[in-house]
Amino acid sequence: MENNDIIKLENRVYKRPALLNEAHMHYCPGCSHGVVHKLVAEVIEELGLQERAIGVSPVGCAVFAYNYIDIDWLEAAHGRATAMATATKRLMPDKLVFTYQGDGDFAAIGTCESIHSCNRGESIAIIFINNAIYGMTGGQMAPTTLLGQKTATCPYGRCADLNGYPLSITPLLAQLDGTRYVTRQSVHTPANVRKTKAAIKKAFLNSMEGKGTSVVEVVSTCNTGWKLTPEKANKWMEENMFAKYPLGDLKDVDAKNE
Amino acid sequence: MAKIRGAVTVNTERCKGCNLCVVACPCDVLALMQKEVNDRGYHFAYMANPDKCIGCQSCALVCPDACIEVYRVVEK
Repeated sequence: MENNDIIKLENRVYKRPALLNEAHMHYCPGCSHGVVHKLVAEVIEELGLQERAIGVSPVGCAVFAYNYIDIDWLEAAHGRATAMATATKRLMPDKLVFTYQGDGDFAAIGTCESIHSCNRGESIAIIFINNAIYGMTGGQMAPTTLLGQKTATCPYGRCADLNGYPLSITPLLAQLDGTRYVTRQSVHTPANVRKTKAAIKKAFLNSMEGKGTSVVEVVSTCNTGWKLTPEKANKWMEENMFAKYPLGDLKDVDAKNE
Repeated sequence: MAKIRGAVTVNTERCKGCNLCVVACPCDVLALMQKEVNDRGYHFAYMANPDKCIGCQSCALVCPDACIEVYRVVEK
């Protein structure tokens, strides 16, 4: 059987989600943002919420998310995405409201908003991309940067005496009563991509059912900021990031009740 | 025994040549085009060993630019 016989519409098992626009993504080659964008588009499409989804995009690399996924978007001030999502969800409770934030937005400048929206138990879904660096501004040290990791602003490696310790914010959020579902995933292998998709789906369903805040942290790579190839960045993440940020569900109220 | 055959199409203009699909492929089907580039100057991915493809979708799942579509048939 020739290739042309296989490539037919009726044999298609994986297609590009229709919600992704034709615009070329500005992300660097191999950036995890692209995979998560794709998953968000797929999940919204599967749930049939195209007309009811409102995303809140952050300041950071994902600032142009509104160019890529064909749903309604809001652009929040730096770090204030969860506050904006709170207002949106309260005014329009029948909408799917989610934020899409990086670690510089969610865990640095927006720590206050993030913690308090989770504590209030707003029914929003939070997608938190943690790549342990400020990617957009050129690879400076973030609160999530690992000890010993070299960045533009800590060229000899992060040291605890001078720069403090890396902030693992998701376990902190899991302790709050307002959160319904807190999980940490990654997108570096096909299996992990599938798990992340399931996690995002669950978070979106929780938001639609008004069950409380869901946080999906995606431990991801920034190969440009880390100065590695995409392939080596994935390996570096496996070897270094997962020790500080282990994958898995941190809190799932629904699982406990079953 | 029925044999599963797969094939992928790569949107070469969207591909950024990040090599992640090549690494993810369990059957060594994909490779980056060494001598050609697309309009943006990236070495795009292509099916170097089309006969080996089983249509497992691994490449499409990890592709950050969603430029891979997968087709699959069961040969009788």
